[in-house]
This record gives sequence, structure tokens and C-alpha cells, in this order.
Amino acid sequence: MALGLYIHVPFCLKKCRYCDFTSYPYRRAAAKDYLAALIREIQLYGTFLDAGEKEIASLFIGGGTPTCLPVGDLNKIIECISSFFRLTPECEITVEVNPGTIDAGGLYELRRTGINRLSVGVQSLADGLLKMLGRVHNAAQAADAICLARQAGFDNINIDLIYGLPDQSLAVWQETLDRTVSFEPEHIAAYGLQLEEGTPLEQSVVRGEMKACPEELELSMYHTAISSLKEGGYHHYEISNFARPGRTCKHNLVYWLNQTYLGLGPAAHSSLRGERFANERELERYRSRLWQGEFPIADRETIAVETEISETIFLGLRLLQGVDLAAFQRRFGRRAEDLYSSQINKLIKDGLVEIEGRCLRLTERGLPLANRVFLEFV
Amino acid sequence: MEWEKDKIRNFCIIAHIDHGKSTLADRLLEYTGALSGREMTEQVLDQMDLERERGITIKMQAVRLKYQAGDGREYQLNLIDTPGHVDFSYEVSRSLAACEGALLVVDAAQGIEAQTLANVYLALEHNLEIITVINKIDLPSADPDRVKQEIEDIIGLDTSEAVMASAKSGIGVEEILEQIVTKIPAPGGQEQAPLRALIFDSHYDPYKGIIAYVRVVDGTVTNGMQVKMIATGKEFEVNEVGIFRPSPTSVEELRTGEVGYIAASIKNVKDCHVGDTVTDGKRPASVSLPGYRKVTPMVYCGLYPVDTVEYENLRDALEKLRLNDASLIYEPETSEALGFGFRCGFLGLLHMEIIQERLEREYNLSLITTAPNVVYRVTTTANTVFEIDNPSKLPPIGNIDFIEEPFVKAIIMVPKDYVGSVMELCQERRGIFVNMEYISISRVMLTYDLPLSEIIYDFFDQLKSRSRGYASLDYELAGYKQSELVRLDIMIAGEILDALSIIVHRDKAYHRGRGFVEKLRGLIPRQLFEIPIQASIGAKIIARETVKAVRKDVLAKCYGGDISRKRKLLEKQKEGKKRMKQVGSVEIPQEAFMAVLSVGD
Repeated sequence: MALGLYIHVPFCLKKCRYCDFTSYPYRRAAAKDYLAALIREIQLYGTFLDAGEKEIASLFIGGGTPTCLPVGDLNKIIECISSFFRLTPECEITVEVNPGTIDAGGLYELRRTGINRLSVGVQSLADGLLKMLGRVHNAAQAADAICLARQAGFDNINIDLIYGLPDQSLAVWQETLDRTVSFEPEHIAAYGLQLEEGTPLEQSVVRGEMKACPEELELSMYHTAISSLKEGGYHHYEISNFARPGRTCKHNLVYWLNQTYLGLGPAAHSSLRGERFANERELERYRSRLWQGEFPIADRETIAVETEISETIFLGLRLLQGVDLAAFQRRFGRRAEDLYSSQINKLIKDGLVEIEGRCLRLTERGLPLANRVFLEFV
Repeated sequence: MEWEKDKIRNFCIIAHIDHGKSTLADRLLEYTGALSGREMTEQVLDQMDLERERGITIKMQAVRLKYQAGDGREYQLNLIDTPGHVDFSYEVSRSLAACEGALLVVDAAQGIEAQTLANVYLALEHNLEIITVINKIDLPSADPDRVKQEIEDIIGLDTSEAVMASAKSGIGVEEILEQIVTKIPAPGGQEQAPLRALIFDSHYDPYKGIIAYVRVVDGTVTNGMQVKMIATGKEFEVNEVGIFRPSPTSVEELRTGEVGYIAASIKNVKDCHVGDTVTDGKRPASVSLPGYRKVTPMVYCGLYPVDTVEYENLRDALEKLRLNDASLIYEPETSEALGFGFRCGFLGLLHMEIIQERLEREYNLSLITTAPNVVYRVTTTANTVFEIDNPSKLPPIGNIDFIEEPFVKAIIMVPKDYVGSVMELCQERRGIFVNMEYISISRVMLTYDLPLSEIIYDFFDQLKSRSRGYASLDYELAGYKQSELVRLDIMIAGEILDALSIIVHRDKAYHRGRGFVEKLRGLIPRQLFEIPIQASIGAKIIARETVKAVRKDVLAKCYGGDISRKRKLLEKQKEGKKRMKQVGSVEIPQEAFMAVLSVGD
């Protein structure tokens, strides 16, 4: 089976106040060191993996802010991957870009490297909220970035949005949604804000300087997103993701279908050969492990079949089409309906899931309560 | 050491909690070389982890010491440890029965406290020789003369020979040992008579069966001997005789006056009662030693496994604990809400907490404990009288003529500055004033008759907080009195949860019902539907709260393939659910069942 490949670029111009991903302030010297290490890691896996494992159906360069790097660096990464792995002809190659970190020229160059999908971190189109989140751009820059990307020839664009922010009103959210739809991106991801422990934003909520979004309002925002985006011609295909027909994100589908993926770069995660592993989070440790000729893996976990089964269900339930029960049976030789019969019956009774056309899926009521459903399968 | 009865001294140490009993025991062990300094861990006698953590003694221990006395002779001293908490006065009386003397330890700064008094009275009842030890004399706040005066005035003991000691720094230890030898009488008993040995404690060993701690009163018990338990009539062959020094050490025999243990492959708890007399199977004694009065539990509560399949494990665990704790009483009961469990009787709240903790810790059980209650006596309109140990067994109001509840005589010692607030507390708790007496110019002894149910309801904590920790309390059961009592029921999602019912005084019912439902609203996590919580007396609803339904519980993002993290988050959430009890369609956390205790008055 083809592999999903993820590359983590751990640099940002400035860290956002809600982010707890691994990222460092961009410095040219550090970026050069990172690039050299990443290329070693690509080579290491390139020689270690079997030919069959090196078929790449999706490549996702995320971060951090990949567009902190000069486009030449991104080009080097893609070239290196192409020489050690095989990118399928219809391979989806996505790069995350943040408005304010790339200009028209940069976008043209990006398109020429073979990148065919952009994921733009817009988050909001309200300047006040963008400032509160600690983003480096304002709403006008976000709109420009999309416009320029189109001009540069990108015909597959995702826009990331966040809702449920402190001080965000339903009207402001509605406006962001409407303007986003007016840009006509192929894909929209709308995430409810998660206040991660230790982030500056969470701290200011803990200190009482800001009020977290009330649950009822967040729920209304979620429902608003679903109805507005449907109306705008988007298909709601995952809890937080919406796409125009045929434009679902191939790379993320790899995670949701619990398939094989390889993550390179600091703090990247992989799932391969029945194991899941995570790279060193710290750039320095990541580099030194590689210079010692080792895989820079910090944690490893062997995934027992039972675990894989349970994960396949709760990940698959994130998709609105649900878990394909026939595919499940082909994969595990067992029927999910038998393995979890009492849980499924209970959830059906509570109106949280349904079985529709050989698929087990969340109901409308179950969507915002998805964790309660997942729990039954853990 | 050769056996010579006149060189044996059996003694125990009695004290109010924190007056330094365990430290003194450690010093005696150290001084007599039972343990080298290096082997000394703090307070060796407190063997159970729980005892160490809480700094209290629960199970008594018996240690044999060798002491080279000032008269040039070597003595065998048997130290029997006693618990220091009011809940365990029953165990104190068991240790006392195996001794001829007691060290009364009193803190030189704090003076006599409520349990000092209670323990001394027990010791006097057993005709023990009392050696007074004023401990902690090196504290800056020590006032030994005042404390001696208190002991003379309140207890009536002569303190002219009281030992001035500091167990912590070793002051007075030798003098204590000398007084043990010179003042405490050697054991009596007849060497040639048929064996009679008192079982004063036991514990269960998975390899050896029940280990009985005995005090030989007459005759000798030897390895290989056929013995008989007088009360149960069961016979066993002794396969190990030993002493604690302090680790168990086997010996050939225990002779008249000695203290030690015997093992005889006794597997069944019921065959080896604490308080029973062991005699010679071939030449049995006709009369048993005075046993113990059967212990009456003061409080009862329900113990239920969170997971119903653990019922059998809980039963086995209770049975095992009972081997070590004769005062634990239990019988099976069924709750509509909680299923199969046990109604357990305890000596007091601390005892209950300890048992619960041991079950969870040592037997790895997850338990629901219902709020403790006392035993009520109900007289019906048909003029029948019966006792109930579970509020849900109270008959309908219409069938009740009157209800009586147990009262205790409580002795509270408190600095005079706090007398007002302590009296206020006693009034609030329906106390009846009996007496007030000055112990010294600055301290007062109050006597009250109080309903036992009020004492188990957060009384001790209140007492401590209203006296800044200076008040001490002891109590004993003083009979039943008629009270205006009603049953308060709790309905969750429309169903009465029998395990949450409490019996409460009519005047307090509204307030407590209100507080209880508020507490429950805070404790019961939001679920997929709205949950009404109501308190009622009979058919009348007196309070209502609602737990709102959860509307949103979803992890928005799947962090770049970090599925393990996501799974761990879910597992953690699930773990929290597992500790809850599913009652009907509602999940209720363990704490909810005890919540009524923390409702303020």
C-alpha cells in the first residue's frame, strides 16, 4: 500500500499563542542545520525501506511554517524525496503556508517545485481575533495570499479556520465563514479551538484575563459552519473538514483510515510495520541522533491488533461516511458489528451512531459528542 | 534466655494520639538492643504502610526485649503495643488483658487529653500497675509540673515517681526500664496446670495460616503439641511457636507468663477467635480465661464493588481482613441501586476509612462506600421493636410510633478560650450539657451527651477547627434516646437511590437535603441527558438541582498522525468513567455516596 509522507518544518516567524506544536524562531543557520539533518533522515529511510514501501501517494509539508524556509530549500526537500522515494503521478503534494510569510514571487516558485496543493493558515478574518491569537498576518493579507496563490496557478487550496475563540461572537464567525466561501477554496478545515495546557492563550484564560468560549456558543458555531459551508457547496466529510467534490485531503485520509504513514523531521509521527513511533521533539537531539547515524526516534509503540482495531474504528468514525464495515472485515477478518455489538447497540439506542449502507457512522447528534462515542471503542 | 517467671514483665504503652508512644517504643527497642541503630527504621512497631503514613497505630504488635537491669539480672520484657485512637479502644482493652503493667505517656506540653483519661480508666479496670511517663520534657513549651498536677487532680495517680522523659532524644529511657522491672509485678499463673493461653490478636499468613498472638497464663505450649480452642472446640497441632524480637523467631516453647505466637495451619478464621483460650488437647483446662466482650460496632456503611463481578473478591478480602481485625463485622446486603455488597460495622469513622483504604490498596478493589450511619431502634405502631443498620430499611412513616438513636457520653478537653465555641458546636449537634470542670486554670473538661450520628457527621473536624486543633475528644456509648428523626431520600433522574438515603433530625432535614443535592450536582458529571437531582421526605420534595446535559465533547483535530496521544486522551477519559457506578442510565462517581458528610451545617 502507498505511504503518506509528512515532513515537519519546525520554524515560525513567531509562535502563535494557542500553538503547542514543536517550532522554533526562524534563523537561517538553524534552518540550514535542520535541512542537512532532514536530508540525512530521508536518505536513511530511503535505504532502509523496501521498494514497495517507498510509493508515496501523498506528501504533506507542514509545521511550523514551511514557508519560513526559502523556496529553494523546499525544492531541495522535494527533490531529495523524489530521488529516494517514488511519488505516484497523481500524488497530492501539500505545503502549509501562512499569509505574511510568502509573496507572489514565492508562490510562483512554489508552484514550479511540483507542489500542487496549498493549505493556508487563515484561522480568522477578524483582525482583532488574529491579533489575539498572535498571528503575524491580518485579514487583508490573508485575502491577498489566496488571490496570489490562484494567480500562481494553485487550483487546490485549503483554508484553515478556528472557531470558539475567546471574545468571538457568532456574527463574527458567520462573517469569516461567508468571506472564506467567497474565496472559493477547494477545501475548508474548521477547527474548534482547543486550549492546550501551558500555551500563552490557555494561561491567560486560567488567569481570568480572557473568557473561554461558552460550550453552547461553540456548539452553535459548529452548527453554523456545517450549514453555511454546505450551502456554499462544500461536502462535510470529516468532523472538522469540508471539501468540494473530489477535493478531500488525501493525506489526512491516510490518518483517518489508519493507514501507513511516515513522518520526518522533529516531533513527526509515523505508523509503519505495526509500530507507531515519534521523532525527537528537540531540534538539537533530532540532529545529533542523525549525525550518529541513528533513526531519530524518541518513542515507539507496538500496535497490537486489538489496538489497531479500536483505533481504526474511532478514527474512521471521524469521517461522516463512517467506518466501512465490509472493508473492516476484509482488513481484520472479523466483523466490527460482532466485536462491539453491545457498544454499537447502546450507541444506536442513544441516537449517536447509525448503520447506513454497510457503514457505521456518527449521527448528526453524535457529531459534536464524538468523544463519547469513541470511548466505547477504546 | 532461660525461663524464669519472676524475671518476666508484660507491659503496654497507653497514650493520647501524638504524645509519643511509638517513638518511646522505638527507643526501648533500641536501648535493649532488639534492633541496632542501623536496622531502625522510624517506628518499627507500626508495620503497616497505612500506619506509617497516618502516623497512628492500628494493629498492636508484641515484641520481646532482653534487659540487663540495675540489679544485675537479665529480664524478659514483653512490650505489647496499643492503638491510640478512640475508634480502637476495643483493641486497647485486648492488649491490656495480656499485661500486668502499663506505661502512661503524657505529653509534657499538652497535658492529659481525652484519650489519656479513657485509656487510664481501661488500664485501672484491668488492675494494671501504671508507670507515669511525662514525655517531651525537652520541648520549650514543656510544663511538667503542671502536667503532674493535672494527672493527680483529674486521674488521681501519684506522680512523685513519674519519669521525666524525652523519647525523641532518649532521656529517661533507662529509668523507664528500671521502673518496669521494679514496679510491674511478674506474671502469675501456674506452671504445672493445664495450658491456658489467651489469644489477644491474630493475623493471617498466606503460608502458615492464622498466626495467633498469645499470652500464656498457665502451663506451657510447645511445638508439635495438640491444642484445643475452648470456645470453638476445634483442635490443631501446633507447628510453630515463636516470639517477636521484633521479627518473628521460632522457639521451642512458650511457658507460663510468656508472650509470643503460635501457628497451627489454621485456615479458617472462624476456628480462631480473638479472646478465645488455647488449651492442651490431651489435658484440657476446664475453665476458659475471661474473654472479651463481643465488640459492638458504632457505625455501619455499605461496601459495594464498583464492578459487580468483583463481589466475590470483596468477600474474600473482607474475610482476610477480619483475620487481622476481629472488630470488623460484615454481612451481605443488596441495594437496588448498587447490587450485591456488604453492610459493614466499624468501631468508628477512622476504622471505616482504614478498612476501605486497605481493601482498595491491598486487594486492589474499587469500592463504593455509602455514608456511615448508626443503628436506630424503631418502635412500630403495632408495638414491635427492631433495630436497623441501614436507612433504607426504615419502615414507612405511618407505621412508625417512634425512633430512638444511640447517644454517647462525650468528654472534651479544651483550653478555656475555646470553651464557648465548642459548647456552641455541641448545641448545634443536639448535645445535652452534663458537666464542666476545670482541669487546670487554663483548661476545661466538658461532658456532653451527644447523638452518635452527630459525632460521625464531621464532628471531629469541626471540633478541631473551632478549637484551633487544641480540643481532644473521647466518648463511650451511653444508651438510646427517642428523637424526631426522618428519612431523607435522594432521587436521581426520578429514581430513589436507596444507597443515598440518610436518617436525619427533622429540624435539619431541609438544610441537609438542600446541601446534599447541591453537592451532588457538583459531583455528578454531565451526561448525554439532563439529570434532575431531588431530595425528598416521604412524598414531599424539599430540594432540587439539575445536572445539565453535555452538548459538545469532541477533539477537533487529529494532530498530524499523533494517534497515540489521542488514544491516551480517550483512555484517560474512559478510566474516569470506570471509577463511576452505573445506576440506571446515570453514571455516579464514588465520592457522591459519601458526599452528605461534607455538607456544611
